[in-house]
Amino acid sequence: MKTKRGSGVSYAKYGYLFILPFFIVYTFFTLIPQLMTFYYSLFENYRDGLTQIGPNFVGLKNYVTLFSPDNTGSIGILKYFGNTLILWVMGAVPQVVIALLLAVFFTSYRMNLKGQQFFKTVIYMPNLIMAAAFAMLFSTLFSNVGPVKQVLLAHDLIDKSFDFLTMKVPVRVLIALMNFLMWFGNTTILLMAGIQGIDQNMFEAAEIDGANSLQVFFRVTLPLLAPILVYTVITAMIGGLQMFDVPQVLTNGKGTPNRASMTMVMYLNNFLTTSKNYGMAGAVSVVLFLVSTGLSLFVYNSLSSQYKDTAHKRDQI
Amino acid sequence: MKNKENNKGRIQLIIARTVAYIILIFLSFLCLFSFYMLIINSTRSNFQLQSGFTLLPKDHFFINLKNAWNDYSINIPRGMLNSFFIAACCSVLTTYFSALTAYGIHVYRFKLRRFAFYFIMAVMMIPPQVSAVGFIQLVYKLHLTNNYIPLIIPSIAAPVVFFYMKQYLESVLPMEMVEAARIDGSGEFYTFNHVVLPIMKPALAVQMIFSFVGSWNNYFIPALLLDKKELKTVPIMIAQLRSADYSKFDMGKVYMFILLAILPVMIVYIILSKAIIKGVTAGSVKG
Repeated sequence: MKTKRGSGVSYAKYGYLFILPFFIVYTFFTLIPQLMTFYYSLFENYRDGLTQIGPNFVGLKNYVTLFSPDNTGSIGILKYFGNTLILWVMGAVPQVVIALLLAVFFTSYRMNLKGQQFFKTVIYMPNLIMAAAFAMLFSTLFSNVGPVKQVLLAHDLIDKSFDFLTMKVPVRVLIALMNFLMWFGNTTILLMAGIQGIDQNMFEAAEIDGANSLQVFFRVTLPLLAPILVYTVITAMIGGLQMFDVPQVLTNGKGTPNRASMTMVMYLNNFLTTSKNYGMAGAVSVVLFLVSTGLSLFVYNSLSSQYKDTAHKRDQI
Repeated sequence: MKNKENNKGRIQLIIARTVAYIILIFLSFLCLFSFYMLIINSTRSNFQLQSGFTLLPKDHFFINLKNAWNDYSINIPRGMLNSFFIAACCSVLTTYFSALTAYGIHVYRFKLRRFAFYFIMAVMMIPPQVSAVGFIQLVYKLHLTNNYIPLIIPSIAAPVVFFYMKQYLESVLPMEMVEAARIDGSGEFYTFNHVVLPIMKPALAVQMIFSFVGSWNNYFIPALLLDKKELKTVPIMIAQLRSADYSKFDMGKVYMFILLAILPVMIVYIILSKAIIKGVTAGSVKG
């Protein structure tokens, strides 16, 4: 590795030169702001009407406020974390199950489905659509005067007072549905690649041994796909933690009804826009950071063993 | 006996196929229906929209287009131009510098190489929203609100794209090629720009599309930094549409705004779907 690459020493400075722009920009626009966010979370810094309060150092006071009950008796951040989790689970469970099913269909040699390219193109499409526009579209289609309600009313399927956008369960279902539609195609394609990466002999051997398709799925496909499945689920979780555009636009930033669809990032956004409370925004960011770092560590643990093998083979890193 | 078993297997296969097709058609319907409604509704006048639901297009498309295009409060052509400019700059910077960084770490053996690689891998999963507070404060201090610099320059450092490029280089770039270029007297930057980049064309193209789309759709940070009317991007305008009481609006125009917001990406996707779908997997973790 050291000598084979030729006169490596004299070229080393180019390595630094090539990676320099990345690190300068990252340090300036992400790393320092990141550290400043942690730092700001220890300050009282907000606007009260027209007067600017702070910044004054207050220690952990913002965190205490963050985790104390408000006047309705509920702890905001826990409620919004709970909302985010519920919305994520409602979308992600069908997302992974359906994606797994489709990935098996698409890769099944026996089934040999026709029109795969068409289906893949269609199911992946919502992933590229602007989330804000998608949510806006749903808010018009499902609004009180929108076409969906018109049709359901005409067939007497719902009551006149039923409103998709102001009732807890329908709002949550709509958000979950949108997230599902936006991500199941992507997950299908990732899992398909995972299944195609499995040694074909495994499937043949199982078939020769007389395993039926269910047995093949549970005894061969699923165990061998497990690492990629874990990776997919955790990255989806980190993505879910950032859920913002869809509920923000669908509920017009209010998390209707009664903040039942307010997510963590919407909460953060409220501190940044309406109340300009940068101290509290910093504290929320730190909580978000800790949760996503915890999740990422889990990914790296489950992946590092895998990556090491290939890295060894290629004599890389 | 064997025949019977064969028959049983064939019937099972037919059932399995039918079930698979039904599920696929149902899901495709779910994916397409809302967009179909969007297109239909963008061809109807406000009055036609209020009078009920239909699956057939009407003749109001160009009137809606004209109304939306010339709307005073939501300047959609300007928004599209702004979004296009930012997205184009971001996609070029992201792909070029990610490739440059990946090449630097892939080809050269220097002391901090491992550190640099693991650092980027470690920060890859940190959500961008987490540094928003400090980022906004920095932008305020530099007096760069209502300026595109803080929306464009940070795209130089894109860990996920770096990782994709690194994996791509591992699979396509033989070191002999770099050494041959050196023997021919090519400088290191010349080698990268004229020998390596052309080899990376497929990866560059895919990542350019993804980063363009990502930037075109980006809402959170731009909404915090842009409040001048003529600088706003498309997602900000769409969200604005939501906060205006749109039941008072001409709904045909509203549907047209949404259609205009997603149309450019849709067209690119329809043309390049095959390459895009391939690109989804290439950057992900391969065992």
